[in-house]
Amino acid sequence: MQTVSLKLVTVVAEAVLAESLIDTLKRLGASGYTLTEARGEGSRGRRVGELPGDNVRVEVLVSPTVAAQILERVNATLFSNYAVVAWTSDVQVVRGEKYA
Amino acid sequence: MTEVLRTNLLSPIVLAFALGVLTRLVRSEFQLPKDVYSALSIYLLFALGLKGGVELSHASYAAIVGPAFVTVLLGCLTPVTSYLVLRHLGRFDDADAAAIAAHYGSVSAVTFIAAQTFVTSMGAEPEGFMPTLLTLLESPGIHIALAIGVLKVGGGRPVRETLHEILTARTMVLLVGGLVVGFLMGEKGWHAVSPFFDGGFKGALTIFLLEMGIVAADRLGDLRKVGLFLLGFGIGMPLVHGALGAAFGILSGLSVGGATVLAAMAASASYIAAPPAARMSLPTANPTYYLTASLAITFPFNVVVGIPVYYQIARALHGGG
Repeated sequence: MQTVSLKLVTVVAEAVLAESLIDTLKRLGASGYTLTEARGEGSRGRRVGELPGDNVRVEVLVSPTVAAQILERVNATLFSNYAVVAWTSDVQVVRGEKYA
Repeated sequence: MTEVLRTNLLSPIVLAFALGVLTRLVRSEFQLPKDVYSALSIYLLFALGLKGGVELSHASYAAIVGPAFVTVLLGCLTPVTSYLVLRHLGRFDDADAAAIAAHYGSVSAVTFIAAQTFVTSMGAEPEGFMPTLLTLLESPGIHIALAIGVLKVGGGRPVRETLHEILTARTMVLLVGGLVVGFLMGEKGWHAVSPFFDGGFKGALTIFLLEMGIVAADRLGDLRKVGLFLLGFGIGMPLVHGALGAAFGILSGLSVGGATVLAAMAASASYIAAPPAARMSLPTANPTYYLTASLAITFPFNVVVGIPVYYQIARALHGGG
């Protein structure tokens, strides 16, 4: 089956950030997103993100350029004050032309 | 006083709260499913709004004006006193002081309900329009405190967004919506739904308090992190605001029951509407401070000791004035 090489950007963040995060991702060029509730523990401890609603894990399939822009934006606006983890992975996507 | 305290300590809601705390202390796995907690809070808030709306439909306009005015006044005053005390006596930085003040300026609906239940059980039925006052107190406190913080620290996000978030939050929608529905349906409509909304109310509140005990106990470990000042603040500030609320209430013509409930509102700290608003507007403020202070210190203090104390103050003021 024909697949296209894309970047999968995953951002795990405090639930309060969900709305603004999705907004940012879309504005930077993501055509859609997948959101799941997440729970875990990291360097900031379990508590920081523990406003009601735990954490969210937002994933988008985008081109490498958009992926880089997303990471840059997250780095500039969120890392210093919020409990956020972000990473990208190389993925082979079916019907990938929809996302590039 | 001891008699009043004892009555309160042996009330179902305080006992359920204590059981919740105990549940955590013995490290039980038990906790209320999130959806049940959510459903109970919807039920409680909507019931409160409906009942208040029905009462409002036959309340006299003149009787509400005075109490409504002092309620808004309290809503503007408590965030400022909280901020000043935290900033200057507690030496918190601007963001932390403002974020904590946002919690103490706003109101905890559960504390309000606990106060209503308490004074009713003491035979001092509060005015029917108290839920209306609750909605007036919910939002100014958060805004004033966050505005102080954002002005001092800079950044944050547009006021419009915070305002939208607070005004459309579950608490406000259910309370204000309930008030309107209750007002429109009147006594006749209430009669039809009261077996569900009135009959189950105290039972639902009891289960809710059980969960609140668990949530509060989860934060007990953080008490060591927040320091002695915040511990004192979490008890002292409610007493000051509560006394002020009781005095304002009596002056504005409220009954002892009504003044006690107003005092409990002024003394309470929000832990539902304020945390996300503070997190978004003042990201540098440490959530451990405001969540621990409002949930693990002030909420239990008010429910167990504060409300009976405000009742005594209101009684003394009423008798004296």
